Amino acid sequence: MSRDVAILGAGMHPWGKWGRDFTEYGMVAARAALADAGVAWTDIQYVAGGDTIRNGYPGFVAGSTFAQKLGWTGVRVSSNYAACATGAHALQQARAQILAGFCDVALVIGADTTPKGFFAPVGGGDRKADPDWLRFHLLGATNPVYFALYARRRMDVYGATAEDFAQVKVKNSRHGLHNPYARFRKENTVEDVVNSPVVADPLRLLDICATSDGAAALVVSSMEFAEKLRGSTAGLPKVKAVSTVTPRYPQTVLEMPDFATDSSAVVAPPERTYKDSIAHGAYEEAGLGPDDLDVAEVYDLSTALELDWYENIGLCGEGEAEALLRSGATTIGGRIPVNPSGGLSCFGEAIPAQAIAQVCELTWQVTGRAEGRQVEGARVGITANQGLFGHGSSVIVGI
Amino acid sequence: MSETVTRVPAVEGWFTTDPDAPHLIGAQCPKCSTLVFPPRENVCPNPSCDSDTLEPTPLSRRGTVWSYTENHYAPPPPYVAADPFVPYAIAAVELDEEGIVVLGQVAKHVSASELRVGMEMQLELDTLYTDDEHEYLVYVWAPAAPKGGAQ
Repeated sequence: MSRDVAILGAGMHPWGKWGRDFTEYGMVAARAALADAGVAWTDIQYVAGGDTIRNGYPGFVAGSTFAQKLGWTGVRVSSNYAACATGAHALQQARAQILAGFCDVALVIGADTTPKGFFAPVGGGDRKADPDWLRFHLLGATNPVYFALYARRRMDVYGATAEDFAQVKVKNSRHGLHNPYARFRKENTVEDVVNSPVVADPLRLLDICATSDGAAALVVSSMEFAEKLRGSTAGLPKVKAVSTVTPRYPQTVLEMPDFATDSSAVVAPPERTYKDSIAHGAYEEAGLGPDDLDVAEVYDLSTALELDWYENIGLCGEGEAEALLRSGATTIGGRIPVNPSGGLSCFGEAIPAQAIAQVCELTWQVTGRAEGRQVEGARVGITANQGLFGHGSSVIVGI
Repeated sequence: MSETVTRVPAVEGWFTTDPDAPHLIGAQCPKCSTLVFPPRENVCPNPSCDSDTLEPTPLSRRGTVWSYTENHYAPPPPYVAADPFVPYAIAAVELDEEGIVVLGQVAKHVSASELRVGMEMQLELDTLYTDDEHEYLVYVWAPAAPKGGAQ
């Protein structure tokens, strides 16, 4: 039995920094996705919301918040939180409901309004049992500190240079130049990056993604519903796999917001690192591999992290990402373009919307609608991301 | 500084405060022997073990650098940042015996430019911040003295 789910529509609100109510952005994305799908809100049978934890109670119940905002219809809802993987978890909820036969068509939606500056622990008071509170209190270990640890390791172990990192920004800034949803649409040079202020050595301001407001939504359905609606499913983009795996013990790579890895002294490390296992789970589910890909959207929280992802999703071997970047393979026009949308580099992160936005981009890419950034002939794409507390996701979209 | 200021750990039970040879305190499972840091009393993290108790155990003072960075902007609260802010290094150090990578600040007198992946480090104590009554101590990493050296 095919486990494909049809993507009928994709919609986004542009990313930016306005500080408005997050539901305003979400409504724009929802209406756009519904219009793209040709499905009325009153026909939606399920809403999977991606939660935002920085916008009060409505943010924690995003499914019902958006159902109420669009107008109560009795629709069933779920609200999902999984840090940076939130949007993919929401998509997986909708997909599971559809494949289980509980509903035929669902709306997946995430929206965020973010504060200025570094992300800080949510909520007040001393919380000495909360690693997210403690890492700020005892270490001042902001998110860029962790990004910088990975970046420095690439430099010392694989010989990566600050210019390699800057070239990721240069590439992504060109990719995102014509993307109407991108927040930063300015071409950057290597000089711009290496002359920007150091945030967490070796990473500079232009190596690190900003925090943004934004929203993204998808309308997904069973293949049967899609066929009835469209008369045919030919050329329809489909969700081929959603991986939401968690780490295996012992987790031997230091991850946010932890102080330490698990111990590998007694139990041997797993065959794959956690980040490798995220995309692997999606490949296994789809019955596809890295050679089948035409395009990838990966979570470039920093320029250097994009290079890590090349290896984690199997585009090249360990320590080979810099060579792959320098070869031009990951630039639009190359063998396997990465982040044609411009990535987080051009968007900044709007947490519950970001993993959905990655799927929106693949939807537009595989249907030839990514104006100004189209990967020619793209038929199969992958997304990958990772966030706090053992969350990660990878989605494969194909025609 | 007032004479009534007392030195206390910024977090309870994570490290000893012996000024000459401080060490981290982890937890060990009495059943499967796996180790945990930060220490805790309950529930072994090994999925194949069902022990619900863990026992405190000292961890190695020495290890090698897994990676490192240097903060150039003041972190937000609950970090208590110096004013004016002074950049400081942070290192992830893999303990020799335990196969655990532990993140810590680097001693104030050491900058990131002096560190390299694979470098030997050892544990020291430093002041995290002070208030009217207390000087709060935290463990820090510093380049290790040569083994068998005078120190």
